[in-house]
Amino acid sequence: MRKFDTKVQDLKYRVLREVAMHAWKGDLLESIHDIPKAIVPGNEPTMRCCVYKERAILDERVKLAIGGDKNNPNVIEVIDIACDECPMGGFEVSNACRGCLAHRCEEACPRGAIYFDHHQHAHIDKTKCVECGRCAKVCPYGAILDHKRPCQRACKIKAISMSETKAASIDNDTCIACGACVYQCPFGAISDKSYILNVIDMIKKSQNNQRYKVYAIVAPSIASQFTYVKLGQVIAGIKALGFYTTVEVALGADLVAMNEAKELAEKGFLTSSCCPAFVDYVEKQFPTLRDHVSHNLSPMGAIAKYIKETDPTGKVVFIGPCTAKKAEVLKDTLRPFVDCAITFEELQALFDSKELDLASMEEDVLDNASYFGRIFARSGGLSDAVREALKEQGLDKEFELKPIACDGIEECRTALLKASKKVLDANFIEGMACIGGCIGGAGCLTHGEKNRMGVDKYGKEAMEKSMEDAIRVMEIGGSTPDIRKESALFCPLEPQD
Amino acid sequence: MKITICIGSSCHLKGSRQIVEEMQYLIAEHKLQDQVELGGTFCMGNCKNGVCVKLDEQEFSLSPATTKDFFEREVLTRVK
Repeated sequence: MRKFDTKVQDLKYRVLREVAMHAWKGDLLESIHDIPKAIVPGNEPTMRCCVYKERAILDERVKLAIGGDKNNPNVIEVIDIACDECPMGGFEVSNACRGCLAHRCEEACPRGAIYFDHHQHAHIDKTKCVECGRCAKVCPYGAILDHKRPCQRACKIKAISMSETKAASIDNDTCIACGACVYQCPFGAISDKSYILNVIDMIKKSQNNQRYKVYAIVAPSIASQFTYVKLGQVIAGIKALGFYTTVEVALGADLVAMNEAKELAEKGFLTSSCCPAFVDYVEKQFPTLRDHVSHNLSPMGAIAKYIKETDPTGKVVFIGPCTAKKAEVLKDTLRPFVDCAITFEELQALFDSKELDLASMEEDVLDNASYFGRIFARSGGLSDAVREALKEQGLDKEFELKPIACDGIEECRTALLKASKKVLDANFIEGMACIGGCIGGAGCLTHGEKNRMGVDKYGKEAMEKSMEDAIRVMEIGGSTPDIRKESALFCPLEPQD
Repeated sequence: MKITICIGSSCHLKGSRQIVEEMQYLIAEHKLQDQVELGGTFCMGNCKNGVCVKLDEQEFSLSPATTKDFFEREVLTRVK
């Protein structure tokens, strides 16, 4: 049994694994309709009302695994028939209400929405209720429950509503593809599109990396994942899949922190540009702050650009915890550099589609970045790195850093609101859409308290102790690599196969 | 002439940064900036030996300690 947080992740993984197995074999087209039956073989339903519904939903999951709806620009999609149409009445008083004397709920309600029947049982007047939840917090019996849908509760930016059919519906103009709903929906009715077929195709056509080389770039949050084996065995596994070599995205992070520190000292106020969901949020909800977002590429973009400069025919696949990266790689500023983005969940499926036994593999090595580049994976790490980068470049004398590390999109919103009104007491916003930073990403296999420690430990194991030393090898040609976003516009797009 | 130094994980751990720094120093010392181009690459597929270095198409295996010797023996003799 693989280590996932939920059965929904496990089901998604089984679909991805089946699809990948057929893709490697080259018989996906013929066998695509057999996949649901391979996963739900018997006549007894285990998840839904009947096996036919289970298989119908699995058909939809297969579609997502092979790239999803081409007409939907969003990388996050709702599987309508999988949506359980959960109740969404908001706060309601349950029969645990004992009709007490205190009536704390009444006192707590700012809108006078609580009233009582002749048994002293509380009720909520829905015409007055604003769903603030204060009544639920003060009830000594916990009798007031929030019937918000889990997807809507997960989506802090309110991009999810109910469609006419009562299924969840995503407003693409608001959605930032962070994947919070994907991870939280108990029925697995919202999912990220998968591009594993592109990866498999890229690897197969490379003919053992002879025609061109396929590079894997892995996000530093990998340190908290695949904990049932050693990190070196995961790297060996990536090579066994057919990748030419693996490079740390954290090296790109070192480069980003050094450049961002310079940009910050020059401009006086800046937000980070690493988290694609955060950048998307600024662009959609705070367009006036757009120019204050760092003009540097994200760490993924920075390292990918450098790899393509050393090997113009090479292909680059990002492997990380993030669903929003799948949207980021489609942007004009990234497309020349990153060919595809997949998640750790998908990497697990790829490993198992080839039946690789990671535990028996000899460890490979992964060591390109510094401690600071590696701790980008957790909230607060980027601010620490920028502080260090100011110091390493002697800019800390002339510029005093006042960072605010926003942990999750709600904290980002608060900071951005203040910044838009020019009342923010900080000059650098570290914006991370997921709680905990990247280690909280929707594409992680597991989420937990230990993950932060895992990242810090991995950070300390880096051979290079300073960012200056880590990026030294990239300055081999005599200058520091140019990682400004606009530099992508001068880069001719590689013809695709 | 192009010298490509592997800066992938395995070579990095064996000292490719020191070799990059040494090469840059030696090239500057002998004023060969116009004749020798330095470049990096991630992995040359020969991770079992020392740090992989390519002189045009010829492959060598170096360590920080042997870099100066390599430069004098292989690079200087070819540029003159």
